[in-house]
Amino acid sequence: MISRRGLLAVGGGLVVAFSLRAEEPARPGSLKETPLLDAWIRVASDGRVTVFTGKAELGQGLKTALLQVAAEQLDVPVSTVELITADTARTANEGFTAGSHSMQDSGTAILNAAAQVRALLVDAAAVELGVAAALLSTVDGSVRTTDGRGIGYGPLAAKLNLHVEAAPVSALKDPAAYRLMGTPMPRVDIPAKLHGGASYVQDIRLPGMLHARAIRQPSVGAKLLAFDTGPVERMPGVVKVVRDGSYLAVVADKEWQAIKAMRALSAAAQWEETATLPDETTVLETIRALPARDIPILTWTNPAGPAVKRQKAKYTRPYLMHGAIGPSCAVARFVDGTITVWTHSQGVYPLRAALSGLLRLPLEKIHCIHVEGSGCYGHNAADDAAGDAVLIARAVPGRPIRVQWMREQEHTNEPYGAAMIAEVSGATDAGGNIVDWDYGVWSNTHNRRPAVGGLMLQNAALPDPLPVPPPTPIPMPEGGGERNSNPIYAFPNARVVSHFIPEMPVRVSALRSLGAYLNVFAIESFMDELAEGAGADPVDFRLRHLKDERAKAVIALAAEKFGWAAGKPGEGRGFAFARYKNLGAYCAIALSLRVEHETGQIRLGRIVAAVDSGQEVNPDGIRNQIEGAIVQSASWTLYEQVHFDRRRILSADWSGYPIMRFPAVPESISVHIVPRPGQPFLGTGEAGQGPTAAAIANAVRDAAGIRLRDVPFSAAKVKAAIGI
Amino acid sequence: MIRLNINGHVHEVDAEPDTPLLYVLRDDLAMNGAKFGCGLGQCGACTVIVDGQAVFSCLTPIAALSDRTIRTIEGLGNSPVQRAFIDEQAAQCGYCTAGMVMRAQALLEHNPHPSEQEIRSTMAVNLCRCGTHMRILAAVRKAATAMGSAKVTKP
Repeated sequence: MISRRGLLAVGGGLVVAFSLRAEEPARPGSLKETPLLDAWIRVASDGRVTVFTGKAELGQGLKTALLQVAAEQLDVPVSTVELITADTARTANEGFTAGSHSMQDSGTAILNAAAQVRALLVDAAAVELGVAAALLSTVDGSVRTTDGRGIGYGPLAAKLNLHVEAAPVSALKDPAAYRLMGTPMPRVDIPAKLHGGASYVQDIRLPGMLHARAIRQPSVGAKLLAFDTGPVERMPGVVKVVRDGSYLAVVADKEWQAIKAMRALSAAAQWEETATLPDETTVLETIRALPARDIPILTWTNPAGPAVKRQKAKYTRPYLMHGAIGPSCAVARFVDGTITVWTHSQGVYPLRAALSGLLRLPLEKIHCIHVEGSGCYGHNAADDAAGDAVLIARAVPGRPIRVQWMREQEHTNEPYGAAMIAEVSGATDAGGNIVDWDYGVWSNTHNRRPAVGGLMLQNAALPDPLPVPPPTPIPMPEGGGERNSNPIYAFPNARVVSHFIPEMPVRVSALRSLGAYLNVFAIESFMDELAEGAGADPVDFRLRHLKDERAKAVIALAAEKFGWAAGKPGEGRGFAFARYKNLGAYCAIALSLRVEHETGQIRLGRIVAAVDSGQEVNPDGIRNQIEGAIVQSASWTLYEQVHFDRRRILSADWSGYPIMRFPAVPESISVHIVPRPGQPFLGTGEAGQGPTAAAIANAVRDAAGIRLRDVPFSAAKVKAAIGI
Repeated sequence: MIRLNINGHVHEVDAEPDTPLLYVLRDDLAMNGAKFGCGLGQCGACTVIVDGQAVFSCLTPIAALSDRTIRTIEGLGNSPVQRAFIDEQAAQCGYCTAGMVMRAQALLEHNPHPSEQEIRSTMAVNLCRCGTHMRILAAVRKAATAMGSAKVTKP
């Protein structure tokens, strides 16, 4: 019996252990990849808390939100918490700060790690005080008993080992007791930005620092021909001209000297150029005709009523620019074979790998530290500026090198958001319900972020370039060009195919929301086209095709706050909705606008948004992100398009690539949040891009009777559509 | 050497006379407020106030600035404009913010009662890419009120 029982226990134990592992919930957020608690939170013996995140502040308010999360779950004052952001020597590797993942990945990791650290502190206090842990509470960085005794976190932490793996499940606070999460908190980084504090990588000044400028290849593949750099080397302040193959840069004592030397080099340099770019006037047809790899996204086959009406449409967007206001910048220092880089890259670890390739230097010899830059909105020139800084720093060892790009360099060399095409066909039955949906999207990759040296801009200029990996699609459910191509609506029959085009006529990479902007623009425009065909109200039409209750709630809130039921406001009105990636935040937008027939200008009126971000951390941060997304997307939608000839990018400054200015911004924007206490965080930063474009298109249809399907809705296109 | 009066202090600067003020502020005087955005006068990130006028420091050579009074965001102290920007949380990345503040400051010093249209057309010179325009407009209105002007009239 005993023996049998023992055997069973052994066997059962094995089975239990195995099944526990299989059924054990995964650790939440980035704790999956980085489970050690002290990788996220440390508590010093004086009680001060340090929180570590592998994500970076991009102006989206990440620092403030993470401080709120940590201070909430730890029960400490925010002022006692220091936050360390992306740094290859100090923080977890959380990849890129991208895809609206920061709260879902890092926020969730810190939420749980903080709750577990708090629990460990309480357990330690229970032993110390001889009181059951259940009878203890935490407040302001100390553990308290019911009879008023207490111990600070500092002395408890001194005896506590946080170098332990997080448990899969944490005892989180009851959301009803939250005092920080869900309450607006002023951003911690804004005061310095209002008072001339050092806030950006552009503001770094190190002892002995020199200023550098690169001279970019004027077009893809341009070869630098022999020329005399002597006159530039003799210019005042010039320390060195760096030349390696077709890579050219100059270093000077002062920044203005570096700029003048750069201009002299640009004027003297002779390049052999090739016409590598497509014809801009037919670029969409060119892309549509390139060989594509067809990726099935979904096929739904269900019984439905007979189709009585079928409609088709095609939607496009051109190449779009990130257009950071501050050109990219980096500082690097090369000392004893080791390089330190201060960068506003979105991914310090991937960048380190890319620089390792570019420099042929082992990873451990490279230290990348994130410092804020100008807002990036995706993969812009931040990484490539770091590439310049390290190449130049290696040529001038010992001296810190600061390099900032010029405006025309940023405009003409950043990787753009890909031009895209979506074609959709839909059928409705006699009751006006959608019974069939067929959707295809054509796009290049949306991810050429450098994780290897071959993807750095400088690679092609160097004499011995590294191999360039082929472009790859981003698989669903995130998706690249196919992001949000899967409709959230419940259609009985649907087919969605992503046509991934490997060949890239123009350099492209990740731009805020990737393919979601075009896909949501297409789907939400077409929903209105079908609603119109069915004689249905656009809001009712969406609601009746939805099963997701949270989606319905967001749509209902936006409609209510806009006053949709009151009817047409005397000008055009439009509605659109999406759940970002069908995984992130829900966002619905209702807006009004006027179309000026004489000028073709679209004048934005009142814009109302509703958003469900799961548990709110900083509601004002959510509102700020959605407001910003609306304005930025409106700018893309109304004005933006990268221009080029067969050799060079022509959109070289803000006159060649106009963006929205103050006189054209909406009369008002209001953002309403659906509270979801205790629900998982849903990434919000990109949720407004797609719905804004479609809401504008739908309102233009309402205002002027024209259906615009090709972004941007320039004045010339509007006038042509009206027939003026 | 060129003498520059910046925020009430006279600085002797050893820089080439064609140097735009922006680089003297940033490199010689280690001031962070004015930013390089375009070097072309298209974005306003470098905006400072010279003799009461908002100017592009990226385009203004220091040779043109002796005997002029230069003000940057570092010299505002804690003006109602700065306070209003904080109250309204009128920033995301904040790179354009100092230029926005300086242009708004110059506007309100000249015109304490700007209409909505006057605010928008004055601020049109400055670009923001994060889309914080609505908050910036709200901050300028609030600063106007705080600086003793009557309620801003809508167009």
